[in-house]
Amino acid sequence: MTVPGNPLMTFLRLAVLTLGALVMLLPFFFMISTSLKPQSEVFSSGLSLIPQHWAFVENYTKAVTRIPMLQILCNGLIVCVAIVFFQILFAFPCAYALAKLKFRGREMLFGLVLLGLLVPIHAISIPLYTTARYTGLLNTLAVLVVPFTLSVFAIFLFRQFIKTIPDDLIMAARSDGLSEMAIVWRIILPNAWPSASAFAIFSVVAHWNDLYWPLIAVSKIHLATPPLGLLFFRAAEAGDDYGALMAATVLITAPLVLFFLFAQRLFIEGMTMTGLKG
Amino acid sequence: MMSPPNPASKHESRAAYGLVAPTFILMLLLLVLPTIAVFALSLTDAELGSTSFTFLGLDAYRDLLADRSFLRAFKNTFVYVGMVAPASVILGLMLALLIEAETLARSFFRSIYFLPVVALVVAMASVWQYLMHPSFGPINLFLNAIGLSSINWLGSSDNVLSALAVIGIWQAIGFNMVLFLAGLTGINRDLYAAAEMDGARTAWSRFWVVTWPMLGPTTLFVITITVINAVKVFETVATLTQGGPAKASEVLLWNIYQEGFVFLHIGTASAMAMVFIAVLLVLLLIQTRVLEKQVHYS
Repeated sequence: MTVPGNPLMTFLRLAVLTLGALVMLLPFFFMISTSLKPQSEVFSSGLSLIPQHWAFVENYTKAVTRIPMLQILCNGLIVCVAIVFFQILFAFPCAYALAKLKFRGREMLFGLVLLGLLVPIHAISIPLYTTARYTGLLNTLAVLVVPFTLSVFAIFLFRQFIKTIPDDLIMAARSDGLSEMAIVWRIILPNAWPSASAFAIFSVVAHWNDLYWPLIAVSKIHLATPPLGLLFFRAAEAGDDYGALMAATVLITAPLVLFFLFAQRLFIEGMTMTGLKG
Repeated sequence: MMSPPNPASKHESRAAYGLVAPTFILMLLLLVLPTIAVFALSLTDAELGSTSFTFLGLDAYRDLLADRSFLRAFKNTFVYVGMVAPASVILGLMLALLIEAETLARSFFRSIYFLPVVALVVAMASVWQYLMHPSFGPINLFLNAIGLSSINWLGSSDNVLSALAVIGIWQAIGFNMVLFLAGLTGINRDLYAAAEMDGARTAWSRFWVVTWPMLGPTTLFVITITVINAVKVFETVATLTQGGPAKASEVLLWNIYQEGFVFLHIGTASAMAMVFIAVLLVLLLIQTRVLEKQVHYS
């Protein structure tokens, strides 16, 4: 660690890291390779990654025609953006009040936030489903957003971050005549931007992946989010047509992976910050 | 806090109520009332769509403890966690140490190992299903090529949890690695020089004298997060095994889902959900308890 440049150690370290990286990447290699192979080759080609006959058009045509792929990806995008928007909209004012304002009931409210951290959506899905059923919200895009508009984790994270913002800044804004709500959005949000972007990344990764609630609340394919859409595809795709299945997984995995590759630092820092605070 | 002493702070608390009111109402509607409802339902034998139900009280929980399928789900979940948590924490730590020492290709490796974290779980589960296919899956073909016999990964009740754990570990390593990397950058470099002067000559001994104790709080966080995430295993089970074969991969969330939304026994499912919350509570209490002890060292 402090001794730099033992060439043998450097070589061994690089060897181990490279080997590990190949193992981590293998599923991606096989996913892409299989998505290009005709069905007969999937069964017979063994460990070869390069297809002998290309079935790109065939497999990807199946992937986009058996399920409304574009619609499903758009649903995922709309749901994630809406969730993050409402989570920040509701969490920021509350977090600011908890961090910087004195009011009766503050401790109780914060206690409620901590208790809320304990209760995942899975545990309260039954009353949420029953309510959605009786209000006619089932099988809408709204039902995929509403239960997540409140994030106690966001409140917790933002409160910790806002606490580090100097009081002078807020005092100055008050003497300039800004209302508390204006302070939240014009002073606090720009200063707490790292926590907001970190949370946004965390939230998008979580909700882009979530299967539990969409599986319960939505049964129509045109409302499916990516994970649910892929389940529909698997159900429609009887047998072992792995070529088409892998083409569908490539298309459904690509958006977030590409987003990550373009903004690696933002992703990793965001996930680290939310991980360590959570 | 007593009643506000001057008009300024009265103004402050009025402003505060204005800011928290919408969130507070949402909290009641989306969190507090549903939690109370789950608890109330858990004491009954309510079924979805039927209007009559009997109040069972704590007997509901006694029934649950005698429910073989629930106990099996409970055990399976912890066997799964028992494989995923140690492996992904240890491998995450080792990778973080290797990458921390790396100078040239540091962010390159970091991104590669992190990639599974941002890849859709349901999609990658499908890829793993292909990789683990008993006859033409690349993993078995590879095993055959080096002279080992094929393994029925997802199709055998003996192997299915291990197979799901492999996927879980693959998904969790990168996340644990970046958390450990953040912990490692917080360690003062001078400590290593000091340890070396005090006789810790090898990197191995410096790891145990400096890195491991200084990393204590991070390690604890990583373990807790990994365990909590692993207890919530659902996506891979729902996609690949649906609890099978022969109920060998029934886990807590799959059980709650089946009981509540397939069999519509919302009373029983609610009792299971309460047990699920209790499990999470115990995990967090353990974390807080250990953290309190740790604070004295760091």
